Amino acid sequence: MQRIIIALLSGLIFGAGLVISEMVNPVKVQDFLDLFGNWDPSLAFVMGGAVAVTLVSSRFIMKRKAPLFAERFYMAVKTSVDKRLFLGASLFGIGWGLSGYCPGPGILSAMINPTEAMVFLPALLVGGWIGQRFSA
Amino acid sequence: MLEAFPTQALLGGVLIGISAALLLAFNGRIAGISGILYNLLFNPLSSSERNWRMAFLIGLIAGGYLMLPVEFELRQGYSPILLIISGLAVGIGTRIGNGCTSGHGVCGIGLMAGRSIAATLTFMATGIITVTVLRHFIG
Repeated sequence: MQRIIIALLSGLIFGAGLVISEMVNPVKVQDFLDLFGNWDPSLAFVMGGAVAVTLVSSRFIMKRKAPLFAERFYMAVKTSVDKRLFLGASLFGIGWGLSGYCPGPGILSAMINPTEAMVFLPALLVGGWIGQRFSA
Repeated sequence: MLEAFPTQALLGGVLIGISAALLLAFNGRIAGISGILYNLLFNPLSSSERNWRMAFLIGLIAGGYLMLPVEFELRQGYSPILLIISGLAVGIGTRIGNGCTSGHGVCGIGLMAGRSIAATLTFMATGIITVTVLRHFIG
């Protein structure tokens, strides 16, 4: 139960952060990626703010043997930088640029811009399912 | 809001960082949205593995909802073809690359994971190239 409450709280803060920061505005995301055009640097502060917190906090958290409410840390199994990683990340970046949506803002778009979400979200799920086939 | 300094962007970013720190410190989990979503949808999970992921996604939606309405102008009439190709690419890419902006960009870089740094540099680069081509060569 403790873990569920933490997950819920973590999700709440994350969702609030995505809206407050305007990461959920795909036009602003595309403006941020438009480095060689009319560049809007403000979303660099989202990444910067988030990474500043995780860089510092992770150092303290990972000094512990285990998290507070679980028996161990569930870290990524893979650690190697391989072709699949580059292929996946490349495709993701292309998709991100084409619409301005990454998965979190994509999910929230269902409430914010349902017309786009109706098209984007099913495609995202189909894509995830296809990716899963190639991962298995 | 001051236009010169992106206060909201910074505040939102700090909140996202706190959210990730909380999930790691208490539950030992990575706040990676694509991973949480796909594991929930495509992998058979025990009830405890399923419940925290569902709680996170419910929280995500509720947290976003609490901050609505948004101030920005909604995009209208965007190409559905682009939205479909985008969704497919984001879905396939985040699945085979094991993460998105949150998992690699926020959590992984925080943990100084080489894979996440490589992935983030890669998707930032292809994202910039894509918008450049889309806006300045095609559009």
